[in-house]
Amino acid sequence: MTRVHDMGGRFGDGPVAPAPEPVFKQEWHARALAVTLAAGALGQWNLDTSRHSRERLSPSDYARFSYFEKWISALADLLEEHGVVTRAELAAGQGDGASPLASRALKADQVAGALARGGPADRPVASGPRFAPGDGVRTRRPARNAFVPGGHTRLPAYAAGAVGRILHHHGGHVLPDANAHGLGEAPEHLYTVVFDAAELWGTAERAGDEVTCDLWESYLEPA
Amino acid sequence: MMFRPRGKRSFPLWTGWVAWRIIDSMPHDHHDHDHAHAVLPPDPALRVKAIETILTQKGLIDPAALDEIIDTYENRIGPKNGALVVARAWTDPEFRAALLDDATSVVAELGFYGRQGEHITAVENTPEQHNMVVCTLCSCYPWPLLGIPPSWYKSDAYRARAVREPRKVLAEFGVALPEGTKVRVWDSTAEMRYLVIPMRPEGTEGLSEEDLIPWVTRDSMVGTGLPGRPE
Repeated sequence: MTRVHDMGGRFGDGPVAPAPEPVFKQEWHARALAVTLAAGALGQWNLDTSRHSRERLSPSDYARFSYFEKWISALADLLEEHGVVTRAELAAGQGDGASPLASRALKADQVAGALARGGPADRPVASGPRFAPGDGVRTRRPARNAFVPGGHTRLPAYAAGAVGRILHHHGGHVLPDANAHGLGEAPEHLYTVVFDAAELWGTAERAGDEVTCDLWESYLEPA
Repeated sequence: MMFRPRGKRSFPLWTGWVAWRIIDSMPHDHHDHDHAHAVLPPDPALRVKAIETILTQKGLIDPAALDEIIDTYENRIGPKNGALVVARAWTDPEFRAALLDDATSVVAELGFYGRQGEHITAVENTPEQHNMVVCTLCSCYPWPLLGIPPSWYKSDAYRARAVREPRKVLAEFGVALPEGTKVRVWDSTAEMRYLVIPMRPEGTEGLSEEDLIPWVTRDSMVGTGLPGRPE
């Protein structure tokens, strides 16, 4: 039901080890980020597809790959799936002729504009919001994509079936569950839902602590 | 995850590639062969190089554009942006009120907007509530305000534990909260990005916005640190 990326609440990871470091610890980290962003600018997939491509790495690859290894491995998968490069080209390490998409390549003088534009996810939604701040809600259980088995969703497993309350309404936002799978943006109202820690974990680390998630309307029902 | 240290490379890059092609022809179970990435060399630096080479040869990426992207995040966008926002919120009550009401518009007026910061919410620490930000599902982070996330933010340990035992995690950052302070952890599960406005340190009453900027650490804006006197 869930995938390895959905690790909120998991036991056994050991201490967090904050340490001073440069922005990019290795030169290839910087290249991995830049190649991924530049390839994304070709417009052949969206942010949700891209996230899902990292989640679809096999659990063993996901666990052993470092952060930017996940990025570039998922990028290779996307490039092939969307017909931008062939598996033969990936295997050879050589591009076989110019691409028909070459006119879309991001140029140096377009970078600042592209990064500044980003990809706003807010969209109008025809119907009014079902919930208002203060309303009690229960989340979908299990956490799953309702369109595609094993598909992308942004409801963490630890918050599935939990009762919380609406803290904020953010207006309409692109629904990742649809957009990641070529099913359109299908915008829905987005809410910040606040949960009591004891509701999520059985026992709170300290009574009264809270966790919030940003959740789409179809993930929620009145409680 | 932490990045694996790699030994000093003593052979040209292509020798690794050749060795990989030989190893790859033998039966093994290290890769998921349903995925295209499995045909790439295992060394991640070589993987990136291979993809960059292929895409450049196909006219799909411009190496100068890559340099521009790297320079942007290495030198131009970083926690100093967020620190300005916090220092201004500490010194300008009208700015603070507007920031808490609609951070996206307010920080955009300062020139902080764009990729991974299209929608921003500012959350203010108080004696009653300490805020802390995580992305358990990936690594969502307010790039235009804080830059590229640090390794610890992207680590399995932080993603797994911040929601369940934030106080133990805070202790690992050297932060101990007063008994009466509630912790609220914000899991960034949508395109909303969070900036924590830490409490202004005692003893800074006479300082200007400019003086206060160096007090604002990156970690204090994620909620894993507290602002402090610059060294």
